[in-house]
Amino acid sequence: MKRLIEGVPLRGLLLLAVCAVLLIAAPYFVSDYVLSVLIIVLYFAYTGQAWNLMIGFAGLLSLGHALFVGIGAYASAALFIHYGIGPWAGVFVAIAASVAAGCFIGYLGFRFSIHGVYFALLTIAFAEFTGIIVDHIRWLGSTEGFFLPVSNRQTVDLLNLRGSQAMFYYVILGLTGAALVLCRLLLNSKLGYYWQAIREDQESAEAIGVHLFRYKMIAVAISSGLTGIAGVWYAFYYNNLFPESTFATGKSIEIILGPVVGGVGTLFGPILGAFILTPLGEVLTSLTEGLKIDGVKQLFWGACVAAIVLFRPTGLWPWISSLLGLDPRRDGDKR
Amino acid sequence: MPAEIYLNVAVSGLLTGLIYGLSTLGLSVIFGVIRIVNFAHGEIMVVGMFVTLMLFRWLGIDPLLSIPIVAVALFGFGYLLQDWVVRRVAHLADHMQFLLMAAVAVILISACLMIFGPDAQGVQVAYALESYQVGPLIVDKVRLIAGIAALVVAGALFAFFRYTATGKAIRACGDNYAGALVVGLNVRRLFALTFGIGCACLGAAGAILLLIVDVHPYLGPAYTLLAFIIVIVGGMGSLPGAMLGGILIGMSEALAGILLQPSLKSAFSFGLLILVLLLRPQGLLGKAAR
Repeated sequence: MKRLIEGVPLRGLLLLAVCAVLLIAAPYFVSDYVLSVLIIVLYFAYTGQAWNLMIGFAGLLSLGHALFVGIGAYASAALFIHYGIGPWAGVFVAIAASVAAGCFIGYLGFRFSIHGVYFALLTIAFAEFTGIIVDHIRWLGSTEGFFLPVSNRQTVDLLNLRGSQAMFYYVILGLTGAALVLCRLLLNSKLGYYWQAIREDQESAEAIGVHLFRYKMIAVAISSGLTGIAGVWYAFYYNNLFPESTFATGKSIEIILGPVVGGVGTLFGPILGAFILTPLGEVLTSLTEGLKIDGVKQLFWGACVAAIVLFRPTGLWPWISSLLGLDPRRDGDKR
Repeated sequence: MPAEIYLNVAVSGLLTGLIYGLSTLGLSVIFGVIRIVNFAHGEIMVVGMFVTLMLFRWLGIDPLLSIPIVAVALFGFGYLLQDWVVRRVAHLADHMQFLLMAAVAVILISACLMIFGPDAQGVQVAYALESYQVGPLIVDKVRLIAGIAALVVAGALFAFFRYTATGKAIRACGDNYAGALVVGLNVRRLFALTFGIGCACLGAAGAILLLIVDVHPYLGPAYTLLAFIIVIVGGMGSLPGAMLGGILIGMSEALAGILLQPSLKSAFSFGLLILVLLLRPQGLLGKAAR
């Protein structure tokens, strides 16, 4: 507990508590539409946090995180549809499968010392490859899609993840909070310092005795496992899975947008980014609906992202954090 | 199935592969010199295809004749893109550069969508249905012309980098950035030129490709991924490697299309990519990583 809040200024803790209370109370005072937007926001905050763990902490660029979402989603959905095994058990299979896939890619990549852009392309290749393979597996619904039985939205069955919108909201909120705590603990642990050493200078880290292969693998394993859990939630929230849309590179890009906008390598960057981008997308949709021109929304979208990369390349969180005076007081703790 | 079918498919794959190779030259030149992975590659080529389409529709210019026009137009586009936008992210981390190029790609797709609509559109040239017969081999005239045109443009590019002073200066920037600055090369201008040349390749490849493929805005991402596969198989930054990779992927795609299922052909290419990344990460003709 001490490690969790050490060095965080009091007003930061207060602000965090206020945000947490607001989020927990949200289902009681917002409309269904706002709640559905919040659910998507939290989904991207969570997956962004998981992605950020690899690139922001350990410096490993993955552009294929949709792979882990897809594996988690398909694994749990297959167990549920074919064997009636609920997600409470399926989530473990999903984590195992995602971690196995992540470790496989990581093993191949790090073993043959593939890094930087090449590693990123390897992750894209695996995601696209898996998507095409799933496309041809009849057992997983192939191109026609994989559908979970539509649930009763009134009752709440947490073990089987069947229930109301609010239940899905609390599940993803809990996951996001847990991921935040986990990342905070990891970042300030010995493991986290090893990762940051690798991120800053791989050769130097190796020279002082950091086992590159081992710690990179741990980063990939944790990140892919966390993302796999998001996959389970995704499958049971949307109730339908299509290989083309689940594994596409576009989906991986959606995951990384939040952290990049918010600030790669920061704890609150992925969350802030998701809270900015998803509502922005919704606003753009409603604004451009009347125009009846295809592509206007995407045009704005691309322009926003380009503007952030060009004018705020460190992301928005470091800037907002210093505006609010939330920077840690300790020396040498800042990025 | 008789052997002639495989031969025919292989030849047609080879000719398509030459066009792939030409377009990948654009990616390879940019990466080899500026060290930026152009994630908007396919989208820029689609823009080239649309420009060719407009020239054909409005002025009746044959796609083959419009190659130089499209190449010049996209050269200008690439030059300005590098000088105004991409240059500003050169010092940022890989993922930021990636994101900027992905944003450029999204902007280009949506601009094409707004201007040209979502439907697939193609050109119908007079010689579209003609073919040559050599023994058991039947070669589409369009494909043959397209393949030869791709070879010619690629040859011109090789000559440019090998024999002209500007070409050598560009290679110098790629080989040793600091050295190029020290000897007084105008690196900023040369980088912009490089990006322009890369995009000109894409324009030429797009113009040629329009002969055999109908264009629509969503064509871009598939070609971006395809070019990545080719450039890694052939070797990032290696120009002959890009052509070789293009031919290999073109042929393997065509053969996978009849041996397995057409829908599995890209899985086959991705499989090839994974193999190459593992066994020879610098690519078939690439230099060892620095």
